[in-house]
Amino acid sequence: MENYIVEMLNITKEFPGIIANDNITLNLKKGEVHALLGENGAGKSTLMSVLFGLYQAEKGEIRKNGEVVKINNPNDANALGIGMVHQHFKLVEIFTVLENIILGVEPNKMGFIEKKEAKKKVIELSEKYGLAINPDALIENISVGMQQRVEILKMLYRENEILIFDEPTAVLTPQEIKELLKIMRGFAEEGKSILFITHKLNEIMEVADRCTVLRKGKYIGTVDVKTTTKEELSRMMVGRDISFSVDKEISKPGEVVLSVNNITVASKLHKNNAVKGVTFDVRAGEIVCLAGIEGNGQTEFVAALTGLEKMTEGSIRLCGKDITKSSIRERSISGMSHIPEDRHKHGLVLEYSLEENMVLQRYWESKFQNKGFIKFDAVREYSEGLIKQFDVRSGQGPITVVRSMSGGNQQKAIIAREIDKKHELLVAVQPTRGLDVGAIEYIHKQLVATRDAGKGVLLVSLELEEVMNVSDRILVMYEGEIVGELDPKTTTVQELGLYMSGAKRNTVKETNHAG
Amino acid sequence: MQDNKKSSQKSGFDFRSITKTKGFSAFTAALLAIALGLIFGLIVMTLANPSKAMAGFRYVLVGGFSRFGDVLYFATPILMTGLAVGFAFKMGLFNIGASGQYTMGMFFALYVGFMVELPAGLHWIVAILAGMIGGMIWGFIPGIFKALLNVNEVITSIMFNYIGMYLVDMWVQGNATMYIASKSRTNYLPSTVQIPSLGVQGSNVNLGIIFAILIAVTLFIVLQKTTFGYELKATGYNKYAADYAGMKGKRNVVVTMIIAGGLAGLGGAFAILAPSAIAGSSMTYEPINIIAANGFNGIAVALLGSSNPIGIIFSAIFISHIQRGGSLANLVGFKPEIIDVVIAVIIYFSAFAMIMNSALAKFVKSKFGKKVEMANANAEPTTTNKEAK
Repeated sequence: MENYIVEMLNITKEFPGIIANDNITLNLKKGEVHALLGENGAGKSTLMSVLFGLYQAEKGEIRKNGEVVKINNPNDANALGIGMVHQHFKLVEIFTVLENIILGVEPNKMGFIEKKEAKKKVIELSEKYGLAINPDALIENISVGMQQRVEILKMLYRENEILIFDEPTAVLTPQEIKELLKIMRGFAEEGKSILFITHKLNEIMEVADRCTVLRKGKYIGTVDVKTTTKEELSRMMVGRDISFSVDKEISKPGEVVLSVNNITVASKLHKNNAVKGVTFDVRAGEIVCLAGIEGNGQTEFVAALTGLEKMTEGSIRLCGKDITKSSIRERSISGMSHIPEDRHKHGLVLEYSLEENMVLQRYWESKFQNKGFIKFDAVREYSEGLIKQFDVRSGQGPITVVRSMSGGNQQKAIIAREIDKKHELLVAVQPTRGLDVGAIEYIHKQLVATRDAGKGVLLVSLELEEVMNVSDRILVMYEGEIVGELDPKTTTVQELGLYMSGAKRNTVKETNHAG
Repeated sequence: MQDNKKSSQKSGFDFRSITKTKGFSAFTAALLAIALGLIFGLIVMTLANPSKAMAGFRYVLVGGFSRFGDVLYFATPILMTGLAVGFAFKMGLFNIGASGQYTMGMFFALYVGFMVELPAGLHWIVAILAGMIGGMIWGFIPGIFKALLNVNEVITSIMFNYIGMYLVDMWVQGNATMYIASKSRTNYLPSTVQIPSLGVQGSNVNLGIIFAILIAVTLFIVLQKTTFGYELKATGYNKYAADYAGMKGKRNVVVTMIIAGGLAGLGGAFAILAPSAIAGSSMTYEPINIIAANGFNGIAVALLGSSNPIGIIFSAIFISHIQRGGSLANLVGFKPEIIDVVIAVIIYFSAFAMIMNSALAKFVKSKFGKKVEMANANAEPTTTNKEAK
């Protein structure tokens, strides 16, 4: 009989219309890092929310140190020593770091907050675990990485011994991820127990002791990480074999498709320019990746490139045609397809049906309208073709309201639309963000297929693995500038990370003739 | 289950597929809102006058039926202002300026009525069109402010309610042909400019209601079937996606506001050009510095009709119906204001009718439909339902 600190036995949690957790059992040992692996919608977050008291399970029981406990709300969880770092941080933006850490457990004397003591304790904790923070900084002014450290300190301040991390690495740079994994390991060695939710296999292999896999709400199994492989884990997660390396031939770049020259975009957040004189070319038949940490001007650059925002300087040529001043529609007609960064904000009208979204860029073509009246038969036929060809899965086919579809299938719909549209350049901005390995594999294949069809692809990505695997050429963007051009075949992730964090830059020709 | 769905789609009738549509849920939500509003109205009436409450309530409920002509007559202007609000709302614009557009349309119609001489068959048609143009101008101004300077249309259109009302009052009072100072109202309009009556005894109901319904149906077709409607709704749902798709958002804002203004302007024209049941008289306008209530009632009509043109037809007739019933409740000693309270409650409930609707749906599902829903949800990853033609 093993000694478990937390046991979740036969947990079943239903939501209207779906069983999110179906008879799931998870046992956590004291002092281990236990990974919880599964695709999007597999029920990981639901299970953790049950443990943290945000949801109540219909069936099953939770035991702490062998005793049955009832967790009705996060306060109960807290009292049992369970803490959680949510995927989307729960911080008060206009409060200081210290105020956020003590929020809800403020030490006080007659109702007046005693900050001094709290501050001492917070600084002690931060030094002990190497979690560098500034207790007096406002949350809205600090980086995402530091916000996460604040969340971790919140748990430590409450003296939690069971720490849940919900996809903590999604927002971090490679260096920060490494740091975090080290810290998690440190917690485990000190006797704390860690539950680590993720769908990144590398991180599990690196840090976890054991791993529990969920698939579509069902328990698949728990394995010892030492005795398993990435391939084995991914098979458990998606139920089939997944290839991690992207199969592709060596690229055969052809003519220049896109040529941007000295693009400068003003920032909406600060007085400096968000994009500073960016110059590069994309050729037919190559995938050029614009890599960088979030917030280094990629978003603004793409907005200027696609016409969503105005730029202050520079020019863009698409297939030899100057489109600097063209409207979004004209750029689209000239051959630019765009998979937007935020699929909910830009890419889809969520209240529209799938078929209506499939023609979002083309509804005005004579194929789909006659004298201003939409040809619904043509729209239906066209979208059915795309749904079949790109395997877009939904409840009711073309008439499904897009809001009800899963993120992966929403993204597939956008990709189908943008790839099927006549184009010479595909601008794909973080096309795999938030998707699971199955969908990622699919999307990478589509990008390579687009390249092989002789189109130019500009991929903007934050994911290092994606950058290294998919692209033929890497441009690193840092603080609005291109600071390096790298060849994915000869460079390393570490080197790429150094460029992305601004620690290194090379003066390739691209940056030189910018000024 | 899947086979069922397919065959039912072919045959074209299936209760379940109807109950799933958005229109149906909006309809049930409106019914629920009305029921709750009426119950609350009954409570208010009971508190006000317990012994007469049931008699009064009966008038409210069914009194309108005995005066159906009047119901339609009073429904005409609020149907138009309801369309003006609802149509703009489809694009995400809150056209609170229907009152100003309505008043402007009324003035333009009056002006043509008094100052322009035309043959009998043509006069009233030209006056109606003039009213539409007046409303269009008053819709265009907030629209262009919104499009070019990003000024919130709510603020401009509220201001233009006042500007329009004072301007019209000033113009009317300054025109000796139109205005009789001693009676502080406009003169009787010539009969050539009055819209032909539908000939219902004792009622002013006229061709205006037919036009209004035809316009509503046209708008429904525009919204559902045309590329313009597609763009308009896309912009209303998600203006970022509309931008991304290259739709001309600014132009569409202006066009939508012009159309909305034109609709409200038509409402004003229909109201003032209605024939009078008393020979030799006509509708009149009193320039007494009050913003037209029909404009604001349009907001209520649009809300209750979920901004759907067809829904707005029914909600306008319904609101007119209980208003008529309310004035009949006078007979047993109730003030007509009580009806305004009941209408207000209905609107209040319809504002969060969608929430109640989902609560009701949840209840129904938990009672009857659990298995069906479950099958649907689980079918998601495995079925693509390609044949759903």
